[in-house]
Amino acid sequence: MSEAVWILGINMTKFGKHPDKDAAGLATDAVLAALVDGGVTMKDMGVMAAGNLMGGGGIGQVIQKQVGQTGIPVYNVANACATGATALRTVIMAIKAGECDMGLAVGVEMIAGAGLLAGGSRGADSDTWVPSGRYGAVTSVDGRIGTETMPGVFAQIGQEYGYAHNVDASFELFARISEKNHAHSVLNPLASYQKRFTLEQIMGDMMIAYPNTRPMCSANCDGAAAAVVVSDAKLKTLSAEQRRRAVKISASILTSDPWEEACQILPNVNTLTRNAANQAYEQAGVGPSDLDLVELHDCFATAELVHYDNLMLCEPGGAVDFFNSGATWRDGSTPVNVSGGLESKGHPIAATGIANVWEICHHLRGEAGDRQIQGAKVGMTHVIGLGSACGIHILEKSAA
Amino acid sequence: MVTMSNQVPLVDYLVLGDTPHLEANECTACGARFFDHRSACASCSGVSFKKVSIPTEGFVRTFSLVSMAAPGIDVPFAAAVVECGGTSIRANVVNTPVDPEHVTIGMKVRLATFPIGKDSEGTEAIGFGFEPLEVK
Ligand SMILES: [Zn+2]
Repeated sequence: MSEAVWILGINMTKFGKHPDKDAAGLATDAVLAALVDGGVTMKDMGVMAAGNLMGGGGIGQVIQKQVGQTGIPVYNVANACATGATALRTVIMAIKAGECDMGLAVGVEMIAGAGLLAGGSRGADSDTWVPSGRYGAVTSVDGRIGTETMPGVFAQIGQEYGYAHNVDASFELFARISEKNHAHSVLNPLASYQKRFTLEQIMGDMMIAYPNTRPMCSANCDGAAAAVVVSDAKLKTLSAEQRRRAVKISASILTSDPWEEACQILPNVNTLTRNAANQAYEQAGVGPSDLDLVELHDCFATAELVHYDNLMLCEPGGAVDFFNSGATWRDGSTPVNVSGGLESKGHPIAATGIANVWEICHHLRGEAGDRQIQGAKVGMTHVIGLGSACGIHILEKSAA
Repeated sequence: MVTMSNQVPLVDYLVLGDTPHLEANECTACGARFFDHRSACASCSGVSFKKVSIPTEGFVRTFSLVSMAAPGIDVPFAAAVVECGGTSIRANVVNTPVDPEHVTIGMKVRLATFPIGKDSEGTEAIGFGFEPLEVK
């Protein structure tokens, strides 16, 4: 078994609107704060990985121009909504490979006020019908042959759970999941929303893609998050306070979607998540019942349900009963998305996969204030990037 | 004959004519089916494919009623995954009201084709969807 790797410092910015900043500026806020949190400087970093999905690439060097051009290698990564987790994992791999003993991962997105993501455009119909592309389409097919919008895709994913397991995955059930996450974020000062909604308000809000209404969709917002990762050997040379606050990365896993019937018709977010979860539990030597809290990828209320099952938080096919038992509320047996999740905390795409690690670290360090899950020792983060990529990290409280 | 030559399918896996149907590329090694142009198989990496006709009747495995879409797309519409003889197809459910009373998981459907417009040379593009087998 290879040496442990640790989170030494970590930070997320307020998620919401930052009209006074550009992406590099917001990322800089997170990076500087993560370095201070870890008690280190850019001069200590041996590698950097950065993500900014909607910004077109190259954000790492742009951030370096603000925080310190030390000449270290930068990996600009893109992996859809798993971009932040991929940046973190890239740094972890570099440290595990022995290339350096400390590194920096950062993700940032500026999408406050953005409309629908993906499937967002239909070009004007051409003057003549000429087949083009892999399907020989004579014109745009979005809306004519199914939907390319994320709310519509994930609505089908959630509804399919009901079919596959012969359970009642109803509109109201999905709305209740959203009700939970919006209730949770009231305790999170860094969340985009922080507003409790009644079930009636959620079900009566604007329909985006049945059964997902607007508050059941992830909140587009600006945000950044950054983490400093350190090797076990290096951590041992640091101060008692740094060792006490360090959080152990017990598992770091990234998977892609294996081929299955229908996976090129509707993306299958289940199997790659289940594969990643199995590998993560194995690597960490823990099981689902050991998790004190979970931050999972509720890009839509319909997605949260299927991941209860995929992460094996419940019996196979038991996600509806599991949610109805109250297990995933913050006072339940497996609190899920106590930050508010993507629906309420917000989803600045490339920041999400580091911000969820920040949330878990906050609880493991006992620094989560009003929303602290008491006695938290082990937590899990999960993200899905459609296409698909799944990133899972299991984190453990320091024994020091 | 004149009308036939003046029609093109929306996508090339829709076969028009007397009995419109969908056609897939099936991997000759493992049987995986694909609707797009293939160089190799995503399941087994094989490189040999044959055309297979997909049955025109099936059932809705999942759906979403899409109310918000890109400009130019008519909403609401019913996006679905339809399963026909074990092969999954992305398609809209058509010729029925777009609401959760009329579009349901498990409902039996059949292939339907319809014109979607003419180009500047008068050629008509033909699209497809799936309509209820039984009217509710
Ligand atoms: Zn094959």
